[in-house]
Amino acid sequence: MSVTTLSSPALAQRQPNWLVRLFDYKPFLIAMCLAPAIGLLAVFLTYPLGLGIWLAFTDTTIGQKGIFVGLDNFQYLLSDPLWWNAVFYSVVYTGIATFGKFALGFWLALLLNNHFPFKSLLRAIILLPWIVPTVLSALAFWWIYDPQFSIISYLLVDVLHWRDSNIDFLGSPWPARFSLIAANIWRGIPFVAISLLAGLQTISPSLYEAAMLDGASSWQRFRYITFPMMMPILAIVMTFSIIFTFTDFQLVYAITRGGPGNSTHLLATLAFQRGIAGGELGEGAAIAVSMIPFLVFATLFSYFGLARRKWQQGEAND
Amino acid sequence: MTDTVAQRAAVADAKAAPDTMAWDSGLRRLMMIYLPLGCFVLILLFPFYWMAITSFKPNAELLNYREHNPFWISSPTLAHIKHLLFDTSYPRWLWTTMLVAIGATTLSLVASTLAAYAIERLRFRGSAYVGLGIYLAYLVPPSILFIPLATVVVQFGLFDSPLALILVYPTFLVPFCTWLLIGYFKSIPYELEECALVDGATRLQILRRITLPLAVPGLISAGIFSFTLSWNEFIYALAFIQSGANKTVPVAILTELVTGDVYQWGALMAGSLLGSLPVAIFYSLFVDYYVSSLTGAVKE
Repeated sequence: MSVTTLSSPALAQRQPNWLVRLFDYKPFLIAMCLAPAIGLLAVFLTYPLGLGIWLAFTDTTIGQKGIFVGLDNFQYLLSDPLWWNAVFYSVVYTGIATFGKFALGFWLALLLNNHFPFKSLLRAIILLPWIVPTVLSALAFWWIYDPQFSIISYLLVDVLHWRDSNIDFLGSPWPARFSLIAANIWRGIPFVAISLLAGLQTISPSLYEAAMLDGASSWQRFRYITFPMMMPILAIVMTFSIIFTFTDFQLVYAITRGGPGNSTHLLATLAFQRGIAGGELGEGAAIAVSMIPFLVFATLFSYFGLARRKWQQGEAND
Repeated sequence: MTDTVAQRAAVADAKAAPDTMAWDSGLRRLMMIYLPLGCFVLILLFPFYWMAITSFKPNAELLNYREHNPFWISSPTLAHIKHLLFDTSYPRWLWTTMLVAIGATTLSLVASTLAAYAIERLRFRGSAYVGLGIYLAYLVPPSILFIPLATVVVQFGLFDSPLALILVYPTFLVPFCTWLLIGYFKSIPYELEECALVDGATRLQILRRITLPLAVPGLISAGIFSFTLSWNEFIYALAFIQSGANKTVPVAILTELVTGDVYQWGALMAGSLLGSLPVAIFYSLFVDYYVSSLTGAVKE
């Protein structure tokens, strides 16, 4: 049986079939294999990235080719209080949400790292907020934050009697900002927890045993074993989280669309409002490009996190 | 919930008799592990419960908390779902979303399998840099690309066409899938391919008959992940599709169902529930693949 299956490819190769030969020629094969991926990424990622930077220096609008205007768009943005407001809220949003996600996510990962029944079922359930389309869960939050029929207000006012009036979650700037941050944390916890849990499971139990023999307290075991061993994976997960929180769009667009009074605009939603809805492609692109310095910073953070991991594991262990 | 707590307390009490240490650790475990875990699960799942219960509530109950307990439905109704399926283009939106997700997933899987094979197995000079370049592509978020991409899509004459989404989604799917598959290919022993080479198989035959069958779990992980990500994508679908009929579910619910000043919460939540259901079902079938690909991609 095995003889027949093995001889057929051998026969095929002995035939002077130029097509088969061509596909067995390594440089050609490499080029063919890489072509679809590189082609797609070049046309729909690298080219638009360059085009976006070019657009940021022009006054292009929808339906009208723009001309090069130098730094005008950026100068305008620097004098625009709405842009400063969006930068401010983007930083606040990313800062508080990342802190919340990692504090709670790390805690959840530590809890899940214990032994208890139905563990895999629980792990599956916990990942749900991350699987479901963000906009659809954002709509559920919008309904939860309803000024009149909010279930949270109902609990606090009518059940617990802690408050006299309904909370106006989305009606004024700061409550709206924190409501969005809460929704973002809710959505981000599962990803952080499950990723960190994977990291926790790679830590060798013998380290904890050795520490316990030396009389280390549980806090010391966390501080001097768990935390340093988790540093590399924390750095990577955090980089991803920061990048995608800073450039978040869906939650804000679905729940407040930047309101009330433009107080909850992130840079991405402001770029959408100016660039696509308002038609000022050049200005929208400039807002999008102004996010790049923050992203480069986060990527460098990731790079050094990775370098540190290599150093810890030894260069050869790749 | 209270039952299990009571049971655990009883178990803890039973253990208390022989020595106090066991009682202490039982109670401690309850307070330190089960209680916070219960709170986490409650908070993480509540929005879904709220979404589900709202979709089946008649409007009278929906807006009257004084006479009806908001946490339960006294007379469930299918009116909201019926309204969605027969009075709106919801089935059409579902169909478009499915089409886009399957198209984008197929395209990305083919492209990233070939790329991962070339980078990991054909090993050429500079393959590490190509891999790094693809990894960096993953770090470019859609939020800084959608404006120039909109002009590119218009240039190609694809504006308002689902085909635009099928072609654009691979920009974030290919980097992820390629990295996942590189990891999988790494775990396949190289000797198997060498044997086949010695037997005279061509490289493409090796890929088709040896490497791909062994990488099936990786392909499934990459596939279901891509499907989920395409199903959930929002910003490109919002920017590139204008006509109501061609919208994907997340965009359509937000732009077509949110009308006027009085929101139809029942219909909105029913739409969200139905739109989440396909990915949730998909997820429940392949939980282990999701977890392994999520953690694998982070560890790579």
